Amino acid sequence: MRHKKVRSYAVLLAASTLILAGCSSSSEDSAGGAYAGPVKDTPGTINVLAWPGYAEDGTTDPNVDWVTPFEKATGCTVNVKTYGTSDEAVQLMQAGGYDVISASGDASLRLIYGGDLQPVNLDLIPNYADIFDNLKDRPWNTVDGKNYGVPHGRGANVLQYTLGKVKEPTSWSVVWEPNSPAKGKITAYDSAIYIADAAVYLMSTKPELGIKDPYALDQTQFDAAMALLKQQKPLIAEYWSDYTKYIGAVQSGSITVGTSWQVIANVLNGEKATVGATKPKEGATGWSDTWMISSKTEAIDCAYKWLNHIITPNVNAQAAEYFGEAPANSKACALTANKDHCKLYHAEETDYWSDVYYWKTPTEACLDGRTDVKCLPYAEWVKAWSSFRNS
Amino acid sequence: MGFGLSFIYVPLVLVVINSFNTNTSFAWPPTGFTTSWWSKAAVNEGVRDAITRSAVVALFATLIALVLGSLAAAAISRYKFFGQEVISLLFVLPIALPGIVTGIALNNVFTNFLGELTIFTIIVGHATFCIVVVFNNVSARYRRLGANLEEASMDLGANRFTTYRLITFPLLRSALLAGGLLAFALSFDEIIVTTFTAGAGQTTLPIWIFQNLFRPNQAPIVNVVAAALILVSIIPIYLSQRLTQEKVS
Amino acid sequence: MSNKVKKYMQQRPTARAAFLLSLPLLWLLLIYIGSLLALFITSIWKIDTFTSKIIRQFTLQNFIDIFSDRAYFNVTVRTLFVAICVTIICAVIAIPMAFFIARVAKPKSRPVLIALLITPLWASYLVKIYAWRTMFYPEKGFITWLISPLGGQSPGFGIFAVIVGLTYLWLPYMILPIYAGMEKLPTSLLDASADLGAKSGKTFFNVILPITWPAIIAGSIFTFSLSMGDYITVQILGGTFQMLGNVVYQNFSLNLPFAAAVALIPVIIMLVYLSGIRKSGALDNL
Repeated sequence: MRHKKVRSYAVLLAASTLILAGCSSSSEDSAGGAYAGPVKDTPGTINVLAWPGYAEDGTTDPNVDWVTPFEKATGCTVNVKTYGTSDEAVQLMQAGGYDVISASGDASLRLIYGGDLQPVNLDLIPNYADIFDNLKDRPWNTVDGKNYGVPHGRGANVLQYTLGKVKEPTSWSVVWEPNSPAKGKITAYDSAIYIADAAVYLMSTKPELGIKDPYALDQTQFDAAMALLKQQKPLIAEYWSDYTKYIGAVQSGSITVGTSWQVIANVLNGEKATVGATKPKEGATGWSDTWMISSKTEAIDCAYKWLNHIITPNVNAQAAEYFGEAPANSKACALTANKDHCKLYHAEETDYWSDVYYWKTPTEACLDGRTDVKCLPYAEWVKAWSSFRNS
Repeated sequence: MGFGLSFIYVPLVLVVINSFNTNTSFAWPPTGFTTSWWSKAAVNEGVRDAITRSAVVALFATLIALVLGSLAAAAISRYKFFGQEVISLLFVLPIALPGIVTGIALNNVFTNFLGELTIFTIIVGHATFCIVVVFNNVSARYRRLGANLEEASMDLGANRFTTYRLITFPLLRSALLAGGLLAFALSFDEIIVTTFTAGAGQTTLPIWIFQNLFRPNQAPIVNVVAAALILVSIIPIYLSQRLTQEKVS
Repeated sequence: MSNKVKKYMQQRPTARAAFLLSLPLLWLLLIYIGSLLALFITSIWKIDTFTSKIIRQFTLQNFIDIFSDRAYFNVTVRTLFVAICVTIICAVIAIPMAFFIARVAKPKSRPVLIALLITPLWASYLVKIYAWRTMFYPEKGFITWLISPLGGQSPGFGIFAVIVGLTYLWLPYMILPIYAGMEKLPTSLLDASADLGAKSGKTFFNVILPITWPAIIAGSIFTFSLSMGDYITVQILGGTFQMLGNVVYQNFSLNLPFAAAVALIPVIIMLVYLSGIRKSGALDNL
């Protein structure tokens, strides 16, 4: 009868939807080759995915803007979207719609192998020549000899503390130990990559575990890191991934100490000194970021122009100073408003960075070179983190 | 009653007060009075774009919902057929199942099928739950009306379209209006499904609010927008309530 | 030709029903049910551990992970607890308010009162929750300011704040159906009950409550489902507290199969709840 026909027709529709969903292909592989150039003056729009503070366009602070001058000079329109964690960045890039991204080392390889990025022809980016040598051709932005982007800057995840509420700490113990004077007002980064911070602390407090690289953890080492995190949880007020929410929480006094970025401390200290930030004696996790181009961009000329613009000595200096990190362009050091900026952020040193462990994606093949054990890949980190956060 | 109303309105009053607060972190009590946030909000382009986009999305979603919802309500309320109960249940699902499930389901289909998220994907997402709202309102009205008037009209010789046009529709009008207004309001303020169906540059008002809620320099503007919305919406709501009341009595 | 169609339609009510229903049903089935099914299909797939792309091979690993890990049982129980608390508190606040507006208030003031109730729906969800966040600040919040003369301090962010926030948000959704239900109460019944000697308390529990029960259940559908899936309020008011919505949200980006499997939990709960209340006629009261 009619109604039966209606029902079976509906079932057919649902089934065909299923089949079509099953047949739809995953995103295309990367183009393989980089843009040959030359970079033309085609106008276009680029959607930029950036860490907060990297591509300021005046909306946070009208005086902080290196996007509008770019738009005026090139005729390219720039839409900036900021994200809070590398996981968010990977997901947004995979979802599509973004042309350029500033990716940290724990996102870049995932995106390269996933086919979401295209190799970058460095001959088309004149400013690349001035990048510090020890930032060029690094494993997180160069694969099989092909470069996938230009470095932006690097920094450590600092330990931030509210002046007057917490005595200046020299060790991460203030966030990990149960008898911390700041318990109940501590914060931690809300991403699975934070497990590496636990590992960094264990490198000093439990050397018998033998952790050499906080991103190369076998099961025993990983379990120890998770146990440390469980110990920390009752001390935590909130986990953070949105930096503006973090700022509000510090201003209201609900958070007084925790892992942070220099840009957060800089914003909090904008009007008067409220917080201090330091790299404790155990070292810290950190990041080295690269500007990269989507494999599916339709505004390739604007994308290249942006990459060149953002590492111009003047712009790199502005960005590095606003965020609070070491710039990537060696000529930027002469142009920072604070002449000691590069010294402060150790841009031209190598010793400082020896105990800064840049974010990278853990893989089953141990990143510290061990072949006798299997390390946990990032997917296991995410699983454990999800279970931990919900327990 | 008094407790209830004050419970409802204390946070809203705080929002309005904070829109005049000089302190950007909203500690209580407020530290100073200023109208600068209101003037800043008035010239803020981001807000205006967001409000326009939200209004457009809500309008189209409501229109789609009005058409589809009333069609469905007519079918369910006036006919008996096999599977009616199942289909009725089907029309409740979009609001009975959690929004995040709808959101990730639509996101999955849109990004794999259509390739990208646009303003149309937002409209489609909103229309899906707006249909339910209109459906509920119109079905309820059908139930209250009973089929007698329509039968009488057809006995007197009018065909179905004329009956609908001259008898049914005027009686349904206020239910459609109430349903439409509610659907518009839900769509305008929707954040969960929108997060998953909006593309890179598609900022509706709730998304704009979400992006600016915690920014120290923008959060007071968010309060201004919210306060303004509350004040602006009181009148249409009151009017629609008067309309519904009159029809019923 | 069209006359033939007209005649066919005229003689077959089900054909007319199907015609009316076809467009909306198509929309719901294709777009809504279709996308839900596509989502739940992914729950039997898995992801490449490095690139997070989906691999379309049948596997029950996601469900094994959920059932073998105590944490997910805990979060489900906690979410149910919050949803039930919110529903009960909303009902307790809403019933007297709805009764007052429907029966006690003067008819002229009813539109005003209803308008007052609906207006908060127009204040953004996010702004309302953020207002509660500032109220709950441990040191400088409104609540601390209010109760500090009595020596108290705000309980801070956590499960209590989440319950308060969610109750606040969904209260209008509970009041409106109950009000509609109470409006339909025949005054004659109340009079009869009073005539038979019942005090107002007895009338309330034995007459009013049973009749408006479907409306209360209808309101509970909203509060229950909205609380089961909420993650934003939890993020803003919850501190380290998490609910099912957060699990789905956190995993959706990079592990859609797992997120889909977890998303099945609230869906199944709601479907069970809906089929359970079918008999009560609540669905007519939405």
